[in-house]
Amino acid sequence: MYVAGSINRMTSPLLTVHELHKAFPLQGGLFASSKERCLAVQNVSLTLHAGETLGIVGESGCGKTTLARMIAHIERPTTGEIRYKGQNIFKYDKKQLKAYRRKTQFIFQDPYASLNPRLTAGEIIGEPFIIHRRNLAQDIDTKPESIMKMVGLSKDQERRYPHEFSGGQRQRIGIARAIALRPEIIIADEPVSALDVSVQAQILNLMKDLQDEFKLTYIFISHDMGVIRFISDRIAVMYRGSIVEMASNQELFENPQHPYTRTLLAAVPQFE
Amino acid sequence: MNMPPVLAVDNLSTCFDTEQGTLKAVDEVSFQLDAGETLGIVGESGCGKTVLSLSIMRLVPTPPGRYVSGRINLGGVDLLSLPEKEMRKVRGKDISMIFQEPMTSLNPVFRIGAQISETIRLHQGLNRAESHQKAIEMLRLVGIDVPEKRINDYPHQLSGGMRQRIMIAIALACNPQLMLADEPTTALDVTIQAQILALIKELKRDMGTSVILITHDLGVIAENAQQVAIMYAGKFVEYADVKDLFSHPLHPYTEGLLHSIPRIEGYYNRNKRLPMLPGGVPDLSRLPEGCSFNDRCPYVMPICRAEEPALVGKNSPKRYVRCWKYQ
Repeated sequence: MYVAGSINRMTSPLLTVHELHKAFPLQGGLFASSKERCLAVQNVSLTLHAGETLGIVGESGCGKTTLARMIAHIERPTTGEIRYKGQNIFKYDKKQLKAYRRKTQFIFQDPYASLNPRLTAGEIIGEPFIIHRRNLAQDIDTKPESIMKMVGLSKDQERRYPHEFSGGQRQRIGIARAIALRPEIIIADEPVSALDVSVQAQILNLMKDLQDEFKLTYIFISHDMGVIRFISDRIAVMYRGSIVEMASNQELFENPQHPYTRTLLAAVPQFE
Repeated sequence: MNMPPVLAVDNLSTCFDTEQGTLKAVDEVSFQLDAGETLGIVGESGCGKTVLSLSIMRLVPTPPGRYVSGRINLGGVDLLSLPEKEMRKVRGKDISMIFQEPMTSLNPVFRIGAQISETIRLHQGLNRAESHQKAIEMLRLVGIDVPEKRINDYPHQLSGGMRQRIMIAIALACNPQLMLADEPTTALDVTIQAQILALIKELKRDMGTSVILITHDLGVIAENAQQVAIMYAGKFVEYADVKDLFSHPLHPYTEGLLHSIPRIEGYYNRNKRLPMLPGGVPDLSRLPEGCSFNDRCPYVMPICRAEEPALVGKNSPKRYVRCWKYQ
């Protein structure tokens, strides 16, 4: 059983992001000069410890998705580095990169767009094993059907296609695919924002249960302060590409320091 | 106050004829809305809240849609029996609507000024110069800086929040009795959402417009509505004063919804789990027998699976609930 606050900060972090910058060239016309750039992520540094959930909160366009995509090695930074267990992930060779990709998995916002409509649920969950040449049958726990059970889907749903599932069930398939290879880090980019409130609660609880069971480390991106409060141990608030405040859950909500954090908290509609 | 209500919807049912049979998207809905009042309609996706608002505007495509029963009484006129030509005069003038996605509801090839003054010219018979002037006035009213310049912008030149301000300017240009706002802030960031909701509140107060606010966000309802209706599978399952609803939810669905929302108050505990409703929103073609909520309800009784409960008054005159627990 995990005890709150027991993350050992003395051990070296699992992942370190150091002075990360990402600039995108602004697309003009065909002959526009490529000098103008948009700084999507500016000087972001953070650490991620094994077993914790780091929440990243901010409004649209603040750079949270770009940051997540760089951590997942989908996007390369303009400058700066990301170290996983001490090694710079952008200096990996092909084999190391493949190993890193197995250890870090992504859960996407849109459960409709992120599942291949031509594959069955079972095939989607089995695909990571094929890509990483893992033997499916080697142990019972890694069979698609047992993974489906872990995320609350039944065995007979294995042969169904994504369109036959509801939004919440599709997100369960996305989660099953992400945990299939027993990763260490899961990057979840707005995983519940497309879901109804009642389904959102189920998915959030499921993510916490899986974290306990498999000792997962989460980077959880959301624009919803309530969701962030529920799931994160530590929180980074992003604004215009930079982290403006970083604090533990309790500190951030009880004693917000940055004016932008206060604005965000004040904008959340309150129940009586 | 003995003023007649601005809007009285009585026993409205809207159906869709589909391959799976006839689906009742709005099922025997009744309510009244007084002048200057805001009614919040809450529900999850597919509960019929958008079809209800489209029905009031009489914008449900027929076929496949069909208004099966009911009356929609706006200022003494039954909208459902109006000829289409007359209905066109009501839309945009007496009732206006703002939608969730301000980009898709504005026309991308026309300047915003033209889109605002179109409504004004059509319904108020003003000439080009006068309606242009009125459009600038409306832009100023919804808090757009330098409206004389902005009026020549195209929708893509504006941010999401500004576009929603333009939609509000169009909606309120003819001083309607009723404004329907269907998820007006769902596509916006929280800080912009707060601005837009404050703007709607302020204009509503100044102009005395009644508002129907449709949303899935109970927080938005708590801060902006006086009356609330909770919709589930096409039906009102609870109707209450906003304070009563949040302090004493009666229907198990309302209670479940309220509890399943992660709040920013309270304390953080890693081992905490959210109370949850099992399952998901039902498919209208496969509703359970009896009460539509019985397969997700923690208090289900044998009668819930056999018979549909009625919407009955409870305690105060403006409080109704559709549940066997209270029959």
